[in-house]
This record gives sequence, C-alpha cells and structure tokens, in this order.
Amino acid sequence: MISVGLDVGSRTIKVATFDTAVRDCLVTETGANPLRRCQELMSGINYDRMVVTGYGRHLVAPALGGEIVSEIKAFAVGARHLYPDCCTIIDIGGQDCKVILLTDAGEVQKFEMNDRCAAGTGKFLEIMADTLEVKISGLGNLALGATRTVQINSLCTVFAESEVVSLIARGEESGAIALGLHRAIASRIATMARRVGTRKRVVFAGGAALNPCLYRLVAEQLEVELTVPPQPQIVGAVGASILAQNFHSAANI
Amino acid sequence: MANENVRMWTELNIDLKSHDMLMNALGPIFQEVYLSQKNRPAGMGFYDFVVGDIHGIRVKELREHAKTGGKVVATYCVFVPEELVWAAGAIPVGLCAGTQFSVPIAEEVLPRNTCALIKSSFGFKLGRVCPYVQASHLIVGETTCDGKKKMFEMLGQLQPVYVMEVPNKKTERSRELWHGEVLAFKDMIEQLTGTKITAKKLGQAIDLVNKRRLALQRFYNLRKVRPVPISGKDALLATQVSFYDDAQRDTQMLNALCDELDKRVAAGQGVAPKNAPRILVSGSPMAIPNWKLHHLVESTGAVVVCEESCTGTRFFSDLVKPAGDNLDEQLKAIADRYMNIHCACFTPNDERPDDVVRLAKEYQADGVIHYNLQFCHTYANEAVKMAKRLEKEGIPLLRIETDYSDEDAGQLRTRIEAFLEMIKH
Repeated sequence: MISVGLDVGSRTIKVATFDTAVRDCLVTETGANPLRRCQELMSGINYDRMVVTGYGRHLVAPALGGEIVSEIKAFAVGARHLYPDCCTIIDIGGQDCKVILLTDAGEVQKFEMNDRCAAGTGKFLEIMADTLEVKISGLGNLALGATRTVQINSLCTVFAESEVVSLIARGEESGAIALGLHRAIASRIATMARRVGTRKRVVFAGGAALNPCLYRLVAEQLEVELTVPPQPQIVGAVGASILAQNFHSAANI
Repeated sequence: MANENVRMWTELNIDLKSHDMLMNALGPIFQEVYLSQKNRPAGMGFYDFVVGDIHGIRVKELREHAKTGGKVVATYCVFVPEELVWAAGAIPVGLCAGTQFSVPIAEEVLPRNTCALIKSSFGFKLGRVCPYVQASHLIVGETTCDGKKKMFEMLGQLQPVYVMEVPNKKTERSRELWHGEVLAFKDMIEQLTGTKITAKKLGQAIDLVNKRRLALQRFYNLRKVRPVPISGKDALLATQVSFYDDAQRDTQMLNALCDELDKRVAAGQGVAPKNAPRILVSGSPMAIPNWKLHHLVESTGAVVVCEESCTGTRFFSDLVKPAGDNLDEQLKAIADRYMNIHCACFTPNDERPDDVVRLAKEYQADGVIHYNLQFCHTYANEAVKMAKRLEKEGIPLLRIETDYSDEDAGQLRTRIEAFLEMIKH
C-alpha cells in the first residue's frame, strides 16, 4: 500500500510517500493558494491513503480526502521512525516553534508551542535576512563569521526589525547583528526546551535546523548534542505518511 | 417590539449605530457556536431565547423596576454579595465583559497590556453599547486585580462606582477586613435604596440565592456522568446567564433543564460520542459571549465537563450558612461564604490546585486545560504551581493563554488537537 503524508506548512508544503519505507520526499513553496498547490502536487501521485498535517490541514484534508493529525503527533511519529531512540524533538518551522517530549514507547508526553506570533520562528529569520540584504540560506554563515555580537532585546518580529534597523544605522556590522538575532532565537527555544525537559536523543527538525549557526547555539545553550535529519523539513510529512499506513489504528489511539 | 427596544435604548443613551453592529455580529456567532450543535436539550431553548433578545426583555424588566423607584446594581465579580442587594429590594445584575467588540474602544483610553476582560467591560461603558450598564444606578467593583482596581477609578468618572476591598491573604486579619467590607457594602446599599435591610429580608435573600446555587450544583453534578448529557458550551451559557437573570426564574429554568437531563442520564443518552475526551477547564472567567475555548475544544471532538472558574464552580460551590433571624450572624455567614472563594487574587491560594485535582476526579476528566487571559498575572502565575501539582497527580494539562480575538485560533487548534491526541490513548 502506498500512503502519502502531506505537511501543509505556512511557508512550505512537504510531501512524503511511503510503501514499505519512505520513498519520495518533496519540499515546495506554499504560496497564496495552498489547496490548489496541493491538488497540483497530488495529481501525479498514485496513493491509497493520505494523512494531512500542518497549518493548512483543515483546508486541504477535506478537499483531497485525507485524514487529519496535528503537527505534534506527525513530528513525534516521523522523528521516531528516523531515530528510534529519539525522545525529544525541537522543531522550528515557518511560523511556529515547538518542543515535544516523548515517552520511551514513543507517545507524546508533553509539548510546548509558541502562542500566536512569528517571534523566534523561520519567518522571523527570513524577515531579518531581508533587512540585512542576505539570502536566508546565507544568514547562518554570516552569523558564524562574526567577530563580535550585539544584544537583540526583542523577539517580536516587528520590534526586532526596528532594533536591527537602528543597529544598521549605528554602523554595526551585519555579521554581529545576525549573530545577535540567532542568539535571541536560540535562547527562546532553549527556555522552552528546559520547561518541557529534554531526554535521550534530541532531534532538531524544521527548516530552521538547516541553519548552522542556530544548530550550534541551541546545542550550546542546552548543553546537549542535537541530531539534524538529512532533510529536517520533511519529518512531519514522513510521520503523516506512516500514520496513513495504518490510520485505523492511528485514529483510535 | 423592535421599535420598543430602539426607543428604550435611545432613552438609555445607547450609541445605536455601534450597538447595531454588536447585535448584528452576535447573531451569526451564536448560530455557528450554539445553534449548529446537535442533540441539544430542549431546556436550552430558554437560554437561546435569552441570548436572542439579550438587550431586550431583561433590560425592560430592569427599567420597569426602576420606574417604581427600584434600584439596579451592576457587578462584575463573584465576590460581591448579591444577597444584600436583593434584601434591599434592588436587583443585582452581572455585567458581561466577554467580547472583542468593545476592546478597541477601551484601548483609546486603557493601556493595551491590560486583560481583555477589563478592556471589554470598560469599552462597553465608554462606547455606550451595553444597556445593562446604562440602566444601572451603581456599579460595584472589587480589588481582585490591579488592572480592575485602576480601571474602576476611570469608570467612576463616567458612572457611579463603588469598590469593595477584597483582601489578598486568608489570615484572621484579612477576614476581619472583609467582614468590615461586607458591613460597609450593606450601608452603601441601604443608602442607595433608602431601605433598611432587616434580618427577615436578608434571610429571604440568602434563601433565594442559595436555591440558585443548589440548582447549579444539581446541574453540574449531572455533568459528572459518563456519557455527559449536555455540552460544555450549553452548560457554560446557562452559567453565564445565571449571572444576570432573575434569580428565582433562573432557578426554575435550571431545575427544569436538570429534570430533562435526569431523563437523559437514566436513558444513558450522551451529547458526545462515548469515547470523546472529557475536559476540565480551569482558570480565568469566561464572561458572555466568550465561548472561544469551549467552541475550539468541542469542535475538535472533546467535551468540556466542568469549569473551575468564576463562571463555573467558584460561583456556586458554597452556600451561605443559614443564620436564623440574627442580622449580625447573617452578615458574618455571608462574609465567611464569600471569603472562601479560591480566587487567584489570594496569596497563597493552595486550595485551588486541590480543587482542580478533586474536580478532575469527580468529573472523570481525561485532561485539564488551564485557561488564562493574556495579561492576567495572577492566573498565569498560578498555572506554574498547577502544572507541577497535576504532573504529580498524573493528570494531563494543557496551558493556554489567549484573549478574545480570533487571530490565534489556528495555533490554539493545533495545540488542542495535539493535546487530545495525547490523552486519547
């Protein structure tokens, strides 16, 4: 049986197909019409069952005939599949960040997620990269190359941007500003992780895990080793595709 | 009737244009949140009617009362001893403060970093959109939080306001202070109404309010049953209406609803699927028409079985002990009863986590959602202790901090869904 996991995020849509193992994975922009985007994506794929997760799950699942699970569950199952000894997941996505603690059996024991705004998420980094006139893919390395750092006090995307603008106006080097921004996010996610607690293998997932500076700072702050999957964005889609394999049992747990 | 209402609102100096917008917004929300529910008890028809005519017939009753020289005393909080108001022949009416609609109006004056409940209540007065506020002769505030305390000073510039001092500790000295506050409130009400409160009248008022409390206790006891015979949304609405409806009528309506629920229970008839997770909500009050959390939870497949809040158990769980015909003893009994509300304004307030653990067991809850309004520091801080206690007891907890706006509905839905997935197994 071929199952599909669809993770409709705020910034990107992730698709994973699964039969006896994870087959294809794909990451694409969400854009302004996620439903149409998903319909286009699925038109070329043959599948038996689908599970949809992510911010757009309630929009997409009814239209495409999929079941719904929360991102928390999807990330728990996906991370466990990739790393059977994983008990903690840190995920920084486009508009939310979360920390999930699993039991030894892989069930969600506890989780925390940001409340409402984009503070300390991928979107925050994107906007700051724009302000510093670098590509998002280069922001981490810019920060890593800094010789000094500055204190960024605000994590609100709007306030932090004006803070960055005043630092630029003061003549501060962009590397130092970038490092300050990364430290602010890392400290926020580390606080959240300490509140939930970390155990055993800690998997760092979501698009922001591709950022080498964030990876290093979060690991330093938490004093743990982080495991970043080869494609950290697709963990939720992988989890959804596995849940779709045996959704009847999944629906009942 | 519509024209009659408009005339009444005009006489009450309501901002009609703004008021129309509020009423037009409420209809579709009530339809979506309430009337679309399946399998509702017929007894909810009364409450649907009350909301459908929310600024009509009850306001008219209050106006009729005022025409014959009667007074209307508006309150916000479960600490204000309504027995004294009834005993003086006045009518107490709990004001609502549960809509985003009046928040932007209030933000023209109040600091933004103030909880939605305070902003909403102040906005109702500032924007002249609530006929209950307009029809009241006195608003009674209380010192249960710093934000309210300061807001009442500003409210007092717009309409007569009297503030009761609720102590912050539960010591003997605090109890004495509170007893003094109850006596001073009695004097205030006597002065307002020109009526002497006698032991006979106060005894009747104690009985009147206790009867409503007993009806609410009966009502909530029915929610302990599995499968639960009524939705959390409907139960919340009935509790919210109890705050401002006539106490005697409300007692009758609640008991009639309970008679119907008794039959449902006897027939094993539930309102939600048998395996629907049962949720206990604990925290900040939900003033009408704040149905946000209950709607999110129940449209995600769970059912709310109890509220440990001022629009829940704290409103009715204790009775005033009958004290015969002795006025001093009656007043003491009233002070004792109200002082025993486990509000987060007290330090310490360790009885509250005990209550939540006990209620979670009594109501067979699968999990607790701790709800606090953003910028409500007392409940936000108590959530920390609550989390530790519930973890020790093995009761799953989700902490939610929100306001009246819908901008965080997406994130809340994700967290609630994940919480339900977590507690289902």
